[in-house]
Amino acid sequence: MEFEEPPEHTAIREAVRDICKGFDAEYWRQHEKNHEFPWKFHNEMAAAGWIGTAIPEEFGGGGGGITEASIVMEEVAASGGAMNAASALHISVFGMNPVVKYGSQAQKEKYLPRVATGELQVAFGVTEPDAGTDTTSITTRAVRDGDDYIVHGQKVWTTKGHVAEKVLLLVRTTPLEEVRKRTDGMTLLLADLRRPEVDIHQIDKIARNAVGSCEVRYDGLRVDGSDLVGEEGKGFKYLLDGLNPERILIAAEALGIGKAALRVATQYANERVVFGRPIGKNQGIAFPLAEAHMRLAAAELVIRQASWRYDQGLPCGEHANSAKFLASDAAFFAADRAMQTHGGFSFATEYPVGRFWAESRLMKIAPVSQEMVMNYISEHVLGLPRSY
Amino acid sequence: MNIVVTVKQVPDTWAEKKLDAADKTVDRVSVDNVMNEMDEYGVEEALKIKEAHGGEVTVVTMGPAKAVETIRKALSMGADKAVHLTDDALHGSDALQTSAALAKVIATLSPDLVITATEASDARGGVMGALLAERLGLPQLTQARKVTVDPAAGKVSIERLADNGYALVEASLPAVVGVVEKINQPRYPSFKGIMAAKKKPLTTLSSGDAGLDAGSVGLAGAGSTVVDSQPAPPRQSGTIVKDEGDGGVKIADFLAAQKLI
Repeated sequence: MEFEEPPEHTAIREAVRDICKGFDAEYWRQHEKNHEFPWKFHNEMAAAGWIGTAIPEEFGGGGGGITEASIVMEEVAASGGAMNAASALHISVFGMNPVVKYGSQAQKEKYLPRVATGELQVAFGVTEPDAGTDTTSITTRAVRDGDDYIVHGQKVWTTKGHVAEKVLLLVRTTPLEEVRKRTDGMTLLLADLRRPEVDIHQIDKIARNAVGSCEVRYDGLRVDGSDLVGEEGKGFKYLLDGLNPERILIAAEALGIGKAALRVATQYANERVVFGRPIGKNQGIAFPLAEAHMRLAAAELVIRQASWRYDQGLPCGEHANSAKFLASDAAFFAADRAMQTHGGFSFATEYPVGRFWAESRLMKIAPVSQEMVMNYISEHVLGLPRSY
Repeated sequence: MNIVVTVKQVPDTWAEKKLDAADKTVDRVSVDNVMNEMDEYGVEEALKIKEAHGGEVTVVTMGPAKAVETIRKALSMGADKAVHLTDDALHGSDALQTSAALAKVIATLSPDLVITATEASDARGGVMGALLAERLGLPQLTQARKVTVDPAAGKVSIERLADNGYALVEASLPAVVGVVEKINQPRYPSFKGIMAAKKKPLTTLSSGDAGLDAGSVGLAGAGSTVVDSQPAPPRQSGTIVKDEGDGGVKIADFLAAQKLI
């Protein structure tokens, strides 16, 4: 058992922190307020090669594992950029995993180097208004037309849809009623977000507004046959492969938000004087912050275990799900206590804790709800009957 | 071009700097340590010269075992190899001793160009470049805001920062060049750089390995001694001028009393 962090991981943290230092709370407040994508931050991270961390070296990336990528994302979130910073990079960091694993050589050569440099933005189009966790119920349909596909349908919560050039789109190539298994008949396409066939609207949200989330309608979009990822009908399997690493990344991002919230709360508790003494002297303030620290530390260990297992090629469903559950829970606890510590000022956007609070709350819902994690653990780890 | 760049690990720029109570040396244990910020400009300039003219960049540092972190950062930025002079016997060496030790190591590398920063943020002596140049018997160009190397002609020219502009100064190679912060924008270590740094050659030398006499380094033989130190006094509260219609006059009087106007 070895708990000491390897020097290169410490170096990753320091290098990412150096860049993030240039983007302070005011930068993120303004981008949140103006619903403005953080391009300057994105481009600096891309220039230093961090977006391509987990993309194979032969395609212009860093060739790192999910461990390295998750450390990058934790630090990005922990800098105070939180989800606005993390989501600006998240899909580019690991979203292309299905292409890396199942795409053709030509696709990899064409797209991966451009993703690694931050030049190509790819969105992820899976969720539909009537198919969230219940992915196999998607109805967006792609029909063959010669070598090409014609796509009709609607997606929702397509992060970065408004700024992306392409979308990794899950479609039904065989309708649900015609397949033997519900998970059959779905296909991944690397489609162009081309107007006017694609109509994109940003959803009005309560938080994380620097990075848009979109409703996207596809009306007769032609997708070139060369943009089929892997084999037709196997899209769901490809998607499943990416779920564990995504959960690990999200867990790391949540951990980062929790650390940011705790840092800000601790500073405030030391500085804010009420009744002639810093409020941190009150155990009612101090103890929950101490508890938040311990919860985050515990979640961090589970994240490290999960990412290590994934990088070793070991099964990690239990660990990735647990990491996501524990980290988002710990992050929200920390952010909630940061709100309480800040008292009335927590509601002023001048302080970043409100952002941390709302964004860490989202982590308990996306990309998978806490309840679905518990379903997974109940059924697949404990061997209890499936509940849904 | 065979370029040597000196770097130093120092207490974090923003950390409260203290002296060790026992031996009055800089406390490097109880604080976070980082690469001397000004050294980053030196490393960047060395990398830019290498990129323009080819060659190799060697990082040289003297410092405790932890200083390897600073070496690693320079290697992550793109330097090719490093020499770390480290030994308990070196602890407490002053600038004269340090320059002698570093010069001995640098001489074995036969550099075409030695790049230093103007000063380190801990001791702020600002003498290492000159001491190294003297000991190595090389010309020194200081306060460079721009460096141009002409390997074919065997010379280096700089724009030397001056009060009212700059002076053009040149020297034959090999030479020691001291750079200022205005010279460039240091790159961030990249992920590839960090991973590649793991495999780059790092030579660790004890004072014996470097051929230094035991008596020539360390606190006991230092030419300068810190006798005592006091923390800086807390800032005095300012003078408040109450404006009763004559605020301007009062402020002018105050400034005149301070000999500011």
